[in-house]
Amino acid sequence: MSTTARPPVPPVKVEEKLYQNRYMVDEGRPHVRIQPHDTASPTLRTLVDVCPAGCYSATDDGRVEIIPDGCMECGTCRILCEASGEIEWNYPRGGYGILFKFG
Amino acid sequence: MREHFHAIVVGAGPSGNAAAYTLAKAGLKVLQIERGEYPGSKNVQGAILYADALERIIPTFREDAPLERHVVEQRIWMMDQDGHAGAHYRSSSFNEEKPNRYTIIRAQFDKWFSRQVQAAGALVICETTVTALLRGENGRVEGVVTDRENGVVTADIVILAEGVNGLLGTRAGLRTRPKAEHVALAVKEMHFLPQETIEARFNLKEDEGVVIEATGTITEGMVGTAFIYTNKESLSVGIGCLVSDFGETKTKPYELLDRFKRHSSVHPLIEGAEVKEYAAHLIPEGGYKAIPQLYGDGWLIVGDAGSFVNAAHREGSNLAMTTGRLAAETVIHNRRMGLPNVAENLKRYKDELDRSFVMQDLKKYRNLPETLHTNKQFFTTYPHLISSAAQKLLRVDGDSKRQKEKDITAAFLRTRRFGGLITDVFKMARAWR
Repeated sequence: MSTTARPPVPPVKVEEKLYQNRYMVDEGRPHVRIQPHDTASPTLRTLVDVCPAGCYSATDDGRVEIIPDGCMECGTCRILCEASGEIEWNYPRGGYGILFKFG
Repeated sequence: MREHFHAIVVGAGPSGNAAAYTLAKAGLKVLQIERGEYPGSKNVQGAILYADALERIIPTFREDAPLERHVVEQRIWMMDQDGHAGAHYRSSSFNEEKPNRYTIIRAQFDKWFSRQVQAAGALVICETTVTALLRGENGRVEGVVTDRENGVVTADIVILAEGVNGLLGTRAGLRTRPKAEHVALAVKEMHFLPQETIEARFNLKEDEGVVIEATGTITEGMVGTAFIYTNKESLSVGIGCLVSDFGETKTKPYELLDRFKRHSSVHPLIEGAEVKEYAAHLIPEGGYKAIPQLYGDGWLIVGDAGSFVNAAHREGSNLAMTTGRLAAETVIHNRRMGLPNVAENLKRYKDELDRSFVMQDLKKYRNLPETLHTNKQFFTTYPHLISSAAQKLLRVDGDSKRQKEKDITAAFLRTRRFGGLITDVFKMARAWR
């Protein structure tokens, strides 16, 4: 609707934002998993963009992967993809995961 | 032998703490279970604390609670790409002895609240996730199963204060997973600046605070709002939109936040700040129609898990604390009367809620979420029209004022037509009624 075009901005590096946060990573026990698939559904591909921690990424062969180390446990992916069975969403074990200093 | 409690509270946010504190203060044997390293370590809020709800639980909270600034000024901005039109309300009457609103830092506030809960006599255990509800033969909830070894605990009642993403209630079939159009995803950063810089930029004296709530094209057509809250030595800067809208537009939340921060109205306020945390959290914004069943045999639901957020007025933690307190008072009442905590005796909690501002406010705005979700012009067309109108009136350029008014009216009619404008006014008025 705007009459002025949005000025180009450099891409935001979400990793740099997450670097400020404190985490207790539960090595080898990812709390969110993606079900095995050959080609990612459109909804699953959406998570690559909308995950606020950038945990999801697209692979060259059309699948979607997750590395939940930077997960802030917001649950956005759970709301979008859990019902279709594409992901399995749990909280990390007690004490692990994001530890907000300020919240 | 298993230890038995009068009540188990799952979660140590504002609703869980309000419930646990009220129960323990009345002499009940309370166990509170929190999955984070400490109470608050998993919790996120803007954050504004409304004094009244807490004052009814801990009247002396101002003596030692970690409060940042009391709010003396509220700004409401309607933003477009180049600027904002806004309303400010500031009053020295907010510099009262017992201020009405404060900014807080949630992790610190929750830690403080939890210390009060423990001082009142509740047993609080952290780093423990409740994985299931323990059910009796007749389906009655009789306790919880945790991820600790031998981690089964029984109680007369389990209060679920597990937040918007509570898996426990969903997996036990007590409520459904929130719908994408009923929850907003908010991202927030903590921007640190020297205290004097904040006070100079926002025109504040010591302890005074400003709240800015912003709507408009800044959410790029999605239903949502942005905010800037002044803390003592930091600013909470965030933006949130419906998850369904994020899903449809595939917008990257951190890029949306970045564009808000670069906006000419925002950048001068945060310039030079050091960012020390980036957080994301869901806010249940479905309102009245999204409230699940709140009680049953052996269980109650409070706070965000019950969708207790008034999105129209950006209120949440006060509703959370009030639901926690009312749930606890019902349990205390039943215990005094010798009544078992079964559904018919726990209905009292719902009745008390219906009588309180919590349900009355949520009921008032019951149609607002749908109205906004299906009428995106409130987030696209109108901010721009209002900005253009303000600019036309303020620019002195030789055109007569009558001509300017004609042009403004024509711009509104061109964009929405007469029928559209009238319909929008009615829709908004009805949703707000």
